[in-house]
Amino acid sequence: MSSSETMSVEEQLAAGQTEDGIVRAADGTPLKARLAKALRREKLRSFLMISPLLLFIVLSFLMPIGDMLLRSVENKIVQNTLPTVVQELERWDPASEELPDEATFAALATDLKIAVKERIHTRLGSRLNYEQSGFSGLFRSTGRAVRKMEEGPYKEQFIKADEDWGKLQTWVVLDSFKAPYTAGYFLNAVDAENTVDGVQMKAENERIYIQLFIRTMWMSLAITFMCLLLGYPVAYLLAHLPARTSNMLMILVLLPFWTSLLVRTSAWKVLLQGQGVINDLLVWVGFVDDADRLVLINNQTGTIIAMTHILLPFMILPLYSVMKTISPTYVRAAKSMGANDWTSFWKVYFPQSVPGIGAGAILVFILAIGYYITPALVGGTSGIFISNRIAFHISTSLNWGLAAALGAILLVLVLLLFYVYDKIVGIDNVKLG
Amino acid sequence: MSNTRGASVVFDGVQKSYDGENLVVKNLNLDIAHGEFLTMLGPSGSGKTTCLMMLAGFEPATHGEIYLNGNPINNVPPHKRGIGMVFQNYALFPHMSVAENLAFPLKVRGMGKAESEERINRALDMVELGAFGSRRPAQLSGGQQQRVAVARALVFDPELVLMDEPLGALDKQLREQMQYEIKHIHDNLGVTVVYVTHDQTEALTMSDRVAVFNDGIIQQLSPPDVLYESPDNSFVAQFIGENNKLAGSVVEIGKGVCTVKLDDGTIVQADPVNVHNVGDRTSVSLRPERIEVAPDNSPDNLVDGKIEEMIYLGDHIRVRMNVAGNNEFIVKVRNRRDKRPISAGDVVKVGWDAADAKALDEAI
Amino acid sequence: MKHKSLLLAAAASTALFSTTAIAQNEDLAAAPCEGCAEEMTIVSWGGAYQESQLKAYVEPYVAATGVKVSFDESSAEATAKLRAMNEAGNVTWDVVDVVASDAIRLCDEGLAAELDPATDLANAPDGTSAEDDFGNLRVNECFVPQIVYSTTIGYRTDKVGDTPPTEICDIFDTTKFPGKRALQKRPIDNLEWATYCNGTAKDKIYEVLSTEEGVQAAFDKLSTIKDDVVWWTAGAETPQLLADGEVVMGSTFNGRLFSAIVEQDQPIDMMWDMQSFDLDGWILPAGLDEARMKRAKHFLKFATDTQRLADQAKYISYGPARKSSAPLVGKHEALGIDMAPHMPTDPANAGNVHNYDYTWWADNRDDLDAKFQSWLAQ
Repeated sequence: MSSSETMSVEEQLAAGQTEDGIVRAADGTPLKARLAKALRREKLRSFLMISPLLLFIVLSFLMPIGDMLLRSVENKIVQNTLPTVVQELERWDPASEELPDEATFAALATDLKIAVKERIHTRLGSRLNYEQSGFSGLFRSTGRAVRKMEEGPYKEQFIKADEDWGKLQTWVVLDSFKAPYTAGYFLNAVDAENTVDGVQMKAENERIYIQLFIRTMWMSLAITFMCLLLGYPVAYLLAHLPARTSNMLMILVLLPFWTSLLVRTSAWKVLLQGQGVINDLLVWVGFVDDADRLVLINNQTGTIIAMTHILLPFMILPLYSVMKTISPTYVRAAKSMGANDWTSFWKVYFPQSVPGIGAGAILVFILAIGYYITPALVGGTSGIFISNRIAFHISTSLNWGLAAALGAILLVLVLLLFYVYDKIVGIDNVKLG
Repeated sequence: MSNTRGASVVFDGVQKSYDGENLVVKNLNLDIAHGEFLTMLGPSGSGKTTCLMMLAGFEPATHGEIYLNGNPINNVPPHKRGIGMVFQNYALFPHMSVAENLAFPLKVRGMGKAESEERINRALDMVELGAFGSRRPAQLSGGQQQRVAVARALVFDPELVLMDEPLGALDKQLREQMQYEIKHIHDNLGVTVVYVTHDQTEALTMSDRVAVFNDGIIQQLSPPDVLYESPDNSFVAQFIGENNKLAGSVVEIGKGVCTVKLDDGTIVQADPVNVHNVGDRTSVSLRPERIEVAPDNSPDNLVDGKIEEMIYLGDHIRVRMNVAGNNEFIVKVRNRRDKRPISAGDVVKVGWDAADAKALDEAI
Repeated sequence: MKHKSLLLAAAASTALFSTTAIAQNEDLAAAPCEGCAEEMTIVSWGGAYQESQLKAYVEPYVAATGVKVSFDESSAEATAKLRAMNEAGNVTWDVVDVVASDAIRLCDEGLAAELDPATDLANAPDGTSAEDDFGNLRVNECFVPQIVYSTTIGYRTDKVGDTPPTEICDIFDTTKFPGKRALQKRPIDNLEWATYCNGTAKDKIYEVLSTEEGVQAAFDKLSTIKDDVVWWTAGAETPQLLADGEVVMGSTFNGRLFSAIVEQDQPIDMMWDMQSFDLDGWILPAGLDEARMKRAKHFLKFATDTQRLADQAKYISYGPARKSSAPLVGKHEALGIDMAPHMPTDPANAGNVHNYDYTWWADNRDDLDAKFQSWLAQ
């Protein structure tokens, strides 16, 4: 006879066991449900405590980013401005190599008359001009002409107003961008375009973005590596010098933070330019011929030098805070076991500082790929980053869709790199102190 | 005490200063024999750890010379001294497994794989951790980490092993167990061990000799029993074991015995260890277990004591009383079935022999 | 003696101007403004240019009306910011100073309000309508031009030998003028100059640039000096590069060169050949509420009248955009020199000018920008 057979129901309840195997609380409800209920209050309270920050992040960070990303595919403007034309174009086959019929031109007249009244036709012109040059002028001039247009037939009147309406390519572009969402910006962002023959790479002399993405990546890596090379010994000193000296040194490290970015970058200009301080010094010492001064600025060298300087503290600080936690007894232990200075550093100290390297490298790399002020000022043509183009499309060309697409690709590249980093180093192996 | 496996160490007039103004170690002279277990004992800041670091090579001596097996080592860098070391927090490399930690000293010596594996296994077996080779230090308990640290310090067969408060981070029970294990390993291997601690029980349990440090000077260098029974001065008496102090002045010095007039006027007989002239101020040192309450025989000294407090400790009763004006006077009364009951507030006779009362220099 | 009388004459002419100014003040600044907002935000470029606006018409306007004016030095990012404000439904600007090409973008995007020259702008003192007085410098319905400035070439007098450059095509001659040259990092002006120096007649430049071959030829021409070019983005860069000796010649705005040559006395001189005319002026943001729109228009009418535009030329060497203002241009406020010879529009300087075609660029800029960037990256 086993003990469970002899147990009374009360005893079973008290023990928290039932025949069905579910563990129950004293009042018979399943223990899991009880526990969940007891914890719910706790969870609710925690949630309430973080909710202001959550709300703030959603409103000020996630939503704007989401909105921006949406712009990279959003294309409702064609449908909103030319609703009937879009409908009529459903019947049209671009492959027929014939212009759309009179009904489509009539729809164009109807839509444009309303659009002109609302002054939104030029806006559509600017939008389509990103895809093909000339649309901006086409819509501006047609907007003026359409007011004076008489009753149909419209086809001839439009072609008379602007001969582009008689070109097949105009209608192909309109047709391929009539959908409310488009891959056009993303294609553009990887130097491709949608043509009658499908997606194709752009002409050689119009490609720019892929090259810029690659350059942004490798230069950011170079900057990260330079920061590590220069920052590691400094962080080591900071972590191991007596407090008074290291505080002094720390002030020197933080000093750049107290001067404006523009001032620092401009200072580099003065130092690095052809007639600048460094070249003058080299010529004076005789390392460099006066006629053959080094080109240190307005190229990749300039960007790497200036950005390494600007981002150095972001490498030094995480390294320092990790090194600070590495007890000097590890190196002593290694030496006591017969390891020389280099072995005890490389086999014992360095591996323990890797989390700091990871944190610093990620920080510097992420900051570097997003930088645009410094590359714009000292990068010339070969030292600029993709962010410079994003800034250009945001503030000058107003092509926010393309800017959003470029930004989205950059974001994906960074996430991809994070993934690779996680696979190689392990994201747990990153420590800020 | 001499054997051929362990190394000998000599400190010859060694001085150490960090700031050029104060000496942390003042004129240290110390001979450590082959295979000896020597403990440097003292409060923090007494200079004991500095001595150890000079011996290991991590701190240069400001003056004087240190010899290892008769060779001066002041200019030998730490990694060429071949000294094993166990650190206070073990200093196990967190990014290596236990076996890799043990392999480290062998690898830097260029030892072959087979031999080094054999040695690692032997070392791990010695500390009873044979199955833990693949674990990371963080996965081990404090005691296990400590054993690994010991094994790592010994795996390359050093002639000298330094231990810097190696048991400081362990709880009491584990610490006591480890004391015996370390002692056994020392006995079995015959290496010379220099051990630093501030825990006098540890020092007494393990050492062949103990060097008591204070203020940069060795106050006394003796085997544990001598240290306890015959302290050279009141610092050692105070630092080692429990001790009652009675302050007074010497009124008469004879052969092997002196008479001291305590500050409340009581006259006692004592052993003149560290007093030389009549009129010297002195501190008479008395071990609590050498005092009898209401003695059956007639000891050299017999005075009145008022019981202030009694603590029952099982094997003995700890009695705090007021004797000769000192109300921190502790007596350990053996728990005997036939003993007359006493209680707080009673005034009883307490007695001790003159040989157990050491007239030392005046305590500060 | 002579010196003194000159000063007196200058003082007299200033006095003369101020009386006329007051007379017109009463017409426009002091004209009743019913239901107008009492505050407004003016967006401009900061620096010497904004200072000239402040002196020439903002301060007089404030004195006459008591309106509270604040400046926002955001003209460089005006298009993007205005679009963002518009999308957020909260436009905080009332009057915005932009270059003509930005005005076209803003107007096309529906971000700038259309203005009627007959009611919103002041006629010339002789009765010429505002529409005729501004002429074709009003590049669209939203834009009211204030000044004509030009992008032209400055050079180091001590580094060009005995024969300084006189023609635009000298920038492509690296044998005669070795050394670096500074050019603006954008296709505009550079492509036109390259095409012109390829031997194209001035009036055919845009026709040629509308063809693939024409664009390629222009880039080919630019490629001949590509290694010698320092590309600038901010107007202050070229004068600095010239002063530092980093470049021997470079393009920049004529006002910047005036300041380097006349005000700072640097070893720099300039040429006017094929100077590229550009315009700077006002737009009013679309969607202002009635009171603010009224105030903005009231200010705009005053600030762009004949006298005010002439006054501005006392502080900066940019030509007034009204034909009727030209004869009224006087002397530099601080230096007392005649400003007329330093105006890009002065007949002596305007012998061979290049007229920047805004509408052509509005159509082709996206495309050529991409090609230009791609060319730079090669």
